[in-house]
Amino acid sequence: MSISTATLWFVITGLAFGSWLLRFSFLGIIGNRELPECIKRCLRYTLVAVMPGIIAPLVFMPRATDGAFDLPRFLAALVTLFVGVWKGNLLLAIAAGGVTLYSMLNFNF
Amino acid sequence: MHRRRPLWDCFGVLAAEFGLDIFTAVAFSMAVIAGAAQFAALSLMQDQAPVLIVIIVGLAVNLRMALYSATLATHLRAAPFWTRAFVAYAILDHSFALADQKFQNEPDMSLSRKLAFYFSATSLVAVIWVVGTGFGAWLGARIPDWLALDFAMPIAFIALVAPALRSLPHMVTGFTAATLSLLLAPAPYGLGLIIAALVALVLGAEVERRLEMTS
Repeated sequence: MSISTATLWFVITGLAFGSWLLRFSFLGIIGNRELPECIKRCLRYTLVAVMPGIIAPLVFMPRATDGAFDLPRFLAALVTLFVGVWKGNLLLAIAAGGVTLYSMLNFNF
Repeated sequence: MHRRRPLWDCFGVLAAEFGLDIFTAVAFSMAVIAGAAQFAALSLMQDQAPVLIVIIVGLAVNLRMALYSATLATHLRAAPFWTRAFVAYAILDHSFALADQKFQNEPDMSLSRKLAFYFSATSLVAVIWVVGTGFGAWLGARIPDWLALDFAMPIAFIALVAPALRSLPHMVTGFTAATLSLLLAPAPYGLGLIIAALVALVLGAEVERRLEMTS
């Protein structure tokens, strides 16, 4: 079944404005005010609190296998994490993960 | 519904499957620039859900953006209103990850250098996302499976966050978030993610505070 053009553009407009509002929310409200120390302390952990939450289900329940655990993908993720924490280098970690994934997938270990 | 589950990083492919033309797919990506929300919205529209529900669910999936907004506000709050409006439009997981780590590691950066860094990082990622949507819509299902593009995004995300996992509180936060989000994975509309994140960041801050008290 196809989606009507009117519905589609209504949703695109609504989502575009709504997403911008979410993204602007605190940047707009807080403005140039100083935040309390405890809030600032919490916000230092935003990145490490959100990204692992996005990543974990994708690693343990990959979409490509319809959610079944997949050893090549799991090991590639593990190698990327290890090299990233150890070397602190983004591109090196991506390369290490990519090499692991392709060797595992294409050489049938 | 019997179809392969959509790949997070190839919105264009899904858009093509649902009969969107390239122009609409790219416009969607340019206006919303949020993969998960776009997928959720398209799938719901396909299932004939009411328009308002589609928009609300799409936004629920995007709630973490408000958290990114608050965090960027601590770094960029001195910027003028219109600059902050553009900063907001361009908040993405990738650019937030790069910018937040950079600003935390170099707290003495001037505002203009911070903004230059932020907009370079974010425009690079946004261009890749929009161009990727176009290519995906064009190539569609002709993208070969052996490329395993489905896993490009998890690897990139791990590499982006890993350098930040270098202190005990950061590791505790990361581990808690990953575990909770797995446990809460059945929660609808990506709400598990935001709950996991809020619990994890409060815990991280608490661990940091206790470590400071004992040292």
